[in-house]
Formats: sequence, structure tokens, C-alpha cells
Amino acid sequence: MKIQRSKGTRDLSPQDMVSFRLIESAFRECCQKWGYQEVKTPTLEYLHLFTATGTLTPSMLSKVYSFLDWDGWSGERVVLRPDGTIPISRLYIDSMAKEKLAKLFYVANIFMFETTGKKSRERWQCGAELIGARPPLADIELVTLALEVLRELKIEGIELRVSHAGLIKALLARLGLSAEEQTRMFDQILDGDMKALDKLKLKRPELEKTIGSLLELKGKPSGFSQELKELFSEELPECKPYIDNCTKIAEFLEAMGCDYQIDIASGRGFEYYTGVIFQIFKGEEKIGGGGRYDALIPSMGGRDVPASGFALYLERLMALIKPKALAEPQPPRILVRADGGKIREGFDIANRLHKAGYRAECYLGAQRDADFDWTVDIKDKPKLTLTDRAKKQKVTAQTVDELLSLLRK
Amino acid sequence: MKTNNIKIALPKGRLLGETSALLQRVGWGLDGYHEQTRLYHIESKTLPHLSGRVFHEKDIPIQVAIGNYDLGICGSDWIEELLAKYPSSALMKVKNLRYGEGTLYAASAAGKATVESLRARPGTIRIASEYPNLAESFAINAQLKHFSVFPLWGGAEVYPPESADLALVGGADDDFPFSLVPISRVLGVSAFLIANRDSWKAKGLDKMVAPIEKVLIPEKAVPKAEKRQPTKAVQHPAPEVDKDVVRLALPDGHQQTHTRKLLDRAGIRLDDYPSEKGTRRPSIDRDGVSVKVIRPQDMPLQVANDNFDLAITGRDWLTEHLCQFPSSPVKELANLKLGRVKVVAVVSQNMDIADIRDLSESERALPIRVASEYINIADRYARDNRLNRYRLIPTWGATEAFLPEDADLLIENTETGRTLAQHNLKIIDTLFESTACLIGSARRVTSPLKKERMESIIQTLRMATEEI
Repeated sequence: MKIQRSKGTRDLSPQDMVSFRLIESAFRECCQKWGYQEVKTPTLEYLHLFTATGTLTPSMLSKVYSFLDWDGWSGERVVLRPDGTIPISRLYIDSMAKEKLAKLFYVANIFMFETTGKKSRERWQCGAELIGARPPLADIELVTLALEVLRELKIEGIELRVSHAGLIKALLARLGLSAEEQTRMFDQILDGDMKALDKLKLKRPELEKTIGSLLELKGKPSGFSQELKELFSEELPECKPYIDNCTKIAEFLEAMGCDYQIDIASGRGFEYYTGVIFQIFKGEEKIGGGGRYDALIPSMGGRDVPASGFALYLERLMALIKPKALAEPQPPRILVRADGGKIREGFDIANRLHKAGYRAECYLGAQRDADFDWTVDIKDKPKLTLTDRAKKQKVTAQTVDELLSLLRK
Repeated sequence: MKTNNIKIALPKGRLLGETSALLQRVGWGLDGYHEQTRLYHIESKTLPHLSGRVFHEKDIPIQVAIGNYDLGICGSDWIEELLAKYPSSALMKVKNLRYGEGTLYAASAAGKATVESLRARPGTIRIASEYPNLAESFAINAQLKHFSVFPLWGGAEVYPPESADLALVGGADDDFPFSLVPISRVLGVSAFLIANRDSWKAKGLDKMVAPIEKVLIPEKAVPKAEKRQPTKAVQHPAPEVDKDVVRLALPDGHQQTHTRKLLDRAGIRLDDYPSEKGTRRPSIDRDGVSVKVIRPQDMPLQVANDNFDLAITGRDWLTEHLCQFPSSPVKELANLKLGRVKVVAVVSQNMDIADIRDLSESERALPIRVASEYINIADRYARDNRLNRYRLIPTWGATEAFLPEDADLLIENTETGRTLAQHNLKIIDTLFESTACLIGSARRVTSPLKKERMESIIQTLRMATEEI
């Protein structure tokens, strides 16, 4: 019978896992340097965590893997985690709510259905969440951390696109829509559907010029026309704090020499965003993103605490890094070959070599000499023969200590 | 182009008359398909490659999606129910046939709710429906914060307000047949021609179905459906339950006759049960007991969720529930000894196997198709017997007609085995014996009065069954 991989999933091969672990360790190290602590949350969560207003958009919810598990007689559905931030918020409320500041990071898989099955339905993320700190400092720290990880991974040519959920909501409120329509429109913008907005603008032509041009605002604050700046302070005063917030972050990015633009309509992502939204691009590909979600934890029943976070998309980074340029030098690899009666000795020698810091394994009948730096043959006389594969040199030794001192030379 | 062996799945029930008339007009020669038909399999008299098979409407989208049938005709409600959960299935909507029209509504008890009031209400919103996937989509789109969907076999209209906050039920715009108020339109329904996407291409079905367009009844001027939105905000408190009242569920359908006999023998008197008008709330001559008539299939889940205290169902449905949810608090309180059936594993006489082991050991290129109304019992049976690999096909009645074309193995109930033999089937295993039983919950009853009332009913029924 043919064994098939489930549609929409991928295997990570040994080569893939080398890249995976390189990214994971670079991410973990950077997070730890900034004082973040690692957590893991369960793969299964209750669906209701994700269904409340202000969590996931209905279009995202229509793609979650939800089902009734063995305990599901109450109708309580569980999901395969479709997002990293909501479980972390749940964890914070469950067991860390007393802490004023929680800096947490995770490496986790998330599950989201994709119709064709050509793209992976299980995706990996490196995420960091900063709970209990306010803008713009906290947001700047997160952007700095994300950029530091990418620098460690030697990924260049990064561009940031900055938007603001509060600004989008304020502009939508100006269009004279009902609360429900505003939510729907906000969701559609977050889902990347700008056409919905075009239809709306036709209905309210007198607003088209102002709101339309603001939503299509792109570029750097220094490049914004004077008129636009006046518009914020005079005609749309409620938008001013949001644009100031974006500008602060923009100034910081400018100082860091980071390529960025303010792009209001790029605010793609999660319904839980309330403040600045940033997306990280390499060329046209989005490799990560994040934002501020001050209302999420209180809406889930936790206390009123500000929060923001980001995630880097691990599979996309895997395609961008050059593992050889990043890999730490590895200790020499040694193959230990023992004759029939010397098997125990072979394993003893491999153990001693491990303790001394080498990579060593016993011959199992299939390894190729070419994959090893050294080979050790165990015979009666001379007892141990050490071969340097590169230099094609052979030396002999009687004891393991002698062998180790030869290796050190 | 391959045109051989085109199979069409045809509905029984409400769409049968108009579907039969349409097929007469298009001249496919499926004359055996008419209101009085007792046939399941129909061969075309004019097109030698065409054959039809009659199904419960709800089975048709599944049969077409999995490729057992190339074409099918059924209501769009069942199509959307499948697509809501399985958007990438091979099901293709070909043509709106413009009959069997209606609307699917989310409805609540009169004056009880709006979508907004439900969204604002704390606690879990309970939605009862035969369309659990559409109900879930509705709840997600309405952004209800915390909801539970109770899938039903039928009778959703009797659930609100005590046993559910909302029911997803079908009705016409101007004539809503239940004592409920629609609060949101979920879906416009009409009969549709559907096709399997792979067959559509491989067998060139577009040519074959083209003549249908000419024989369709002309499009009606569809009046714009008015939005039924109450203008005033309505408070929606959770329904109050009298803690002393025992809520008893009695079965509808063919189990009514023997249930009534048993109640008579126990001296429990009921008005209007079985009801000729289809009333689902009979009155009972006992104080502090309220009765609803629901599907026996739905009772264990309802008792588990504390919507009923006692229910008369079959052990088959209790077992089905416990196979799905081992941690459920539902338990059997009394064996009522009536309606004895065996739940058996069945294959076609033509299949060369003697027992289930032969099936698990047979070398097969395709998965074993296991069809059953008891989908969780079937799943456990297949797992326990290490069928490798198998697919479950849920069915809604007349499962015996699935073999051999549409399934390989059935898990089915049988009283005498006669129907199975008539269909050229053989029993290869007996899973268990089922009778009617009284079920309740392991949850503690806090009201002493209610406890006493429940005990009295349990004892009376036990005594009445002793003579059987």
C-alpha cells in the first residue's frame, strides 16, 4: 500500500532541520539577550478563545481546524492552534497575571486551512510577546529584536511597512458607517481586501478625497506633504495621536538606517490589533509581522494590560538563509570500526571520544569513510589505527589515552 | 471522451415530485423514479449508460463529493452544509433548478433575541440544528463569543427556548411554520443539480446536462426578501428553568407506538402522543413533569448537556454517543426491553469473505468504505478490527441499499434480518443487542422534589417492564 503524506503538510528533512535549528537558535539567543523567556502552549485550545470579537476575523476563523474531541459532548469545540498570540495571552491570564511585565517568546506550529493543499497548512513561527509595556518604547524594542534576529541570520534587504489599527478604525468611523459595517470593513482591510473599500468610497463621494488619500497614504513622514499634516491636526484631530505614534517609530527606524515606509492600507493581520501594525518584507515576500493588541487580554477576561508582539515566519526564513555561512564549526567526526570480537571496545572508544568533545560513531556496515574526518580501526596488533582522511596519514596507538593525544596533535 | 456509466443520485421526500417531472421533460428515461416508486436502483430506458439511485436528500452531496455518483439533485441547504466544512471537496454546483424553494433561518423563541443581544449576552449560546456546519459558520460570522452547536437529526423547532437559544430551521419568507421568530436569514434554498468535479471533466457531463436549461420552469420574479430585523433592542436573558420540573424526552418516529404502550402499562397518561398533527409538546398527567418529543438519536447529547433529565431512546444511540464522547455523563437507568434489534456488520453476498478478519486481511487498492447511521460505532468497530485503511460514509437511513456499489461494509440494525436478506446481504458479525432504554445523567440532582419525581418515573417504568 502506498503511504501518503497528508495533504497540505510538509516534512522537514535533515537538511531542512539544519536551517530550522539555526533560525530557532538565533531567535532564541536574541530573545534571551533582551530578557525574554521561552514558553510552550498546547497545540489544542478551545475554539471560543478565538471566536470573540477582536480576536480573529471571520474569514480567518472559517479556516481553522476545529472539531469535537473525546470530551466534546458539551459542544465545546477545540482547535489546532491557528495563531500564536492568543494562546500566549491565555497563558498570561491563566498563570502570570500578577506579573507587571511579561516578556515571552515561543517557537510553535500553527494550523490554518488552505484550499488547494499546495501551500502548507501547518506553519512554524518564531514569536515574541511583550505584555505590560506601552508604546512607543515597547514597539520599538520588538522591532529592534526582530531586526536583530534577521541580522544574525544575515538576511539583508529588509523593508518594514508600518500601519496603525487605530488610524484605520478612526478613518472608517469618519465614513459614517454603522458599528457593524466598520467592523466588517476593518476585517476586510486586515484580510487584504481593498476592493471593498473602493465600493464604499463611491457611496460617499464627498469623503472620497480625504479618507481615500489617507488610506492610500504611503511613504516616509518626512515626505508627507504639509497639507496632509495639517489635515491630521485640523480636520481629523482624532487621528493625530495615531499618526504621531507611527511617526515616532518611523523616526526610530530612520535612525537605525532601516528601509521602511508608512503604508496605512498594508495593515493586514489580526482583528486583535489596536495600535501600530508592522510587517516585515524581503522583496515582495512577507517574512514576519506584528503589532499592538492592548484590548485582547481584557477582552479575554484578563486585566487591562497593554501588549504587543511579533512573529517571524520560519519556513520563509529557511528559504532565505545560507546554512553554511551561519553554521558554527563542528568538532571532527570519527568513525570507529571494530572487528567481530571488539564490539564492546568500539562503543567504549566512541564514548570516550564523545567525552573528549568529538563526534564519533561505530561502524554499522553502511557508513562511507568519505563522510568522516578520521577513522579508528580496532584490531589486535597494532591495537588502534587512526587514519586522517584528508591528509591520508595513518598512525597507531595502544590505548585510548594515546589515541586522544594523537588526535589533539 | 468517456460517456459510459453515468450515475445520478436522486432525492426522495419533498423534492421527489418536481424532480421526477423535470427528468420526464428532459427525457433521460428514468421512468422508474416517481412518487409511488419503491425502487432504489433505476436504469434509464433511453440512455444505456445512465442509471439512478434514490437517496435521502442529505446523503446526496456526500455521495457526489466522494465520487460514488457523477450527478445529483438535492436542496442547496445540504450542499452548503457540506461545503461549509469541506470547501475543497470535489462537489460542483451546476444549476439552480428553481423549485423546492425556501429559506434557512436562525430563529429564536418569540421576542427573545436579536443577533446583537445574543452577542452581548454572557455565557454560552446554544444553537440546535440539523445543519451543524452552517450553524457554526453563522455563529462565527455573527461573532458570537461563546457558542455550542448541537447537531440534530431533526425537530430543531421544538428546542428553543428551554433546550437551545437558537435553532437553524427552514421555512418560507411569508409563512414561517413554527412558533419561533426568525432573527437572521442564513441561506436561500432551492433544488440544485450538482456534479462531481472529476467526472464533470472526464465524462464530459456538460453536454449531457445542457438540455436541462430548456425544460426548467421559467424564473419567477423573486420579490426582495424583507429583512426581519426587530427595531427595538431586546434583552435576552438566559431562559429560566424551574429547578423542580422533570424534563422528559420521548421519541418520535416508529418508536412512538411501543413507547406509548409502555407508558400505558405504567399508568402514565399523555395527551396527543403520538400526535397526528406532529405536535412535539404533549401534556402529561403528572405534576412537575414537562414532555417534549424529539428524535431518539439526539437524546443522549441533550441529556448530557442538561437540556433533559430523562429520555427514552435506544441503547444503539446511547452507545453511539458514548463511542464519540467517552467522558459523557449519560448513563442507562432502565432497560425497557422493547424494540429489540441487533447491531450488525454486513457485507454483500457477492463478497468472498466469512468474517471481519477476512476483510481486514484482504489486499485492497482502495480504502474500505464503511457506511452507517452509527458513524462513531462504525469508526470504533473499524479501529478495533484494524481495517486498513477505511473511510466512513455517514448515512441517513435505508443504508441497506448502499451495498455493493456505494459501500463495502455496513454497520446497521436489524430486527429479523429479512430486509438484509432481500437486498442480497449477509451478516458477518453482531456488535451488540439494542432495546429501548431510559437514560439520565450521572450529574447530581440538587432539588429534592425533582429527585423524588424522577425516582418515581424511573420506578414506575421499571415495574412496567418487569412483566415483559
